[in-house]
Amino acid sequence: MACFLVPASEAVVTTVAQKIIESKEKKDNVQENESVNEIPKVRFSEKLSWLNKMLWGGSALLAFEHVWHGEVIPTAPFLTAVQNGETADMLAEMGTAGVGMAVLVTLVWGGMVAASGVIERRKENSVKEEA
Amino acid sequence: MTLLVTVFAAIISTILWYMKAPDNSMQLGTLCLMYWGASIMWLVDAIVEYSEVGAEFFRQSGADMLNDSYLGLSVVALGLIIWLVILFIKDPRGVIRNSLIKNN
Repeated sequence: MACFLVPASEAVVTTVAQKIIESKEKKDNVQENESVNEIPKVRFSEKLSWLNKMLWGGSALLAFEHVWHGEVIPTAPFLTAVQNGETADMLAEMGTAGVGMAVLVTLVWGGMVAASGVIERRKENSVKEEA
Repeated sequence: MTLLVTVFAAIISTILWYMKAPDNSMQLGTLCLMYWGASIMWLVDAIVEYSEVGAEFFRQSGADMLNDSYLGLSVVALGLIIWLVILFIKDPRGVIRNSLIKNN
């Protein structure tokens, strides 16, 4: 019906967050002038971009599927569920499938961030041991 | 079928990304994440549908499967088009920029 709207809404929020964090990181980099000995780490804004790509990409492809099935139409109100008076069903579907999609994508991203953190820490430790 | 086709697209793009890593000038990472995002979302969709209809979920008619496969392939094509647009806009190798400069 319109489940893709939930991850798409999350994508809007995370994209804004990424832009804010990115500009903050750039400012911090200029102020601190990064120490030369530090091991290069993946910035958090870059990690957030992974989530954005999954959310935007997934939502776009899912939106296409909804167009394919005639659930999204080019004229107002754009959703056939609203046009046919099935708004309650649509909201219920958004609350189950839509929220589930957003949560699972975020959990997978959380796993990716955790894994990259572990790899960075291991690399840091091995460099420290060598020194 | 749509889920299956998208998962295969995600796996193939991930293999290509891994073969090219750490060079990401072709933006293959973006393509992977896009397909994985869609695959996860369709997986949730499939779980919800399975919880509603049970084993019937796996007993689709031939016509439905054909339509779903056609949709899956269209989704993969759309993903590739989005990726191409991103690649041409970012133009990390400067191919578009150089060809435009040469033509002028």
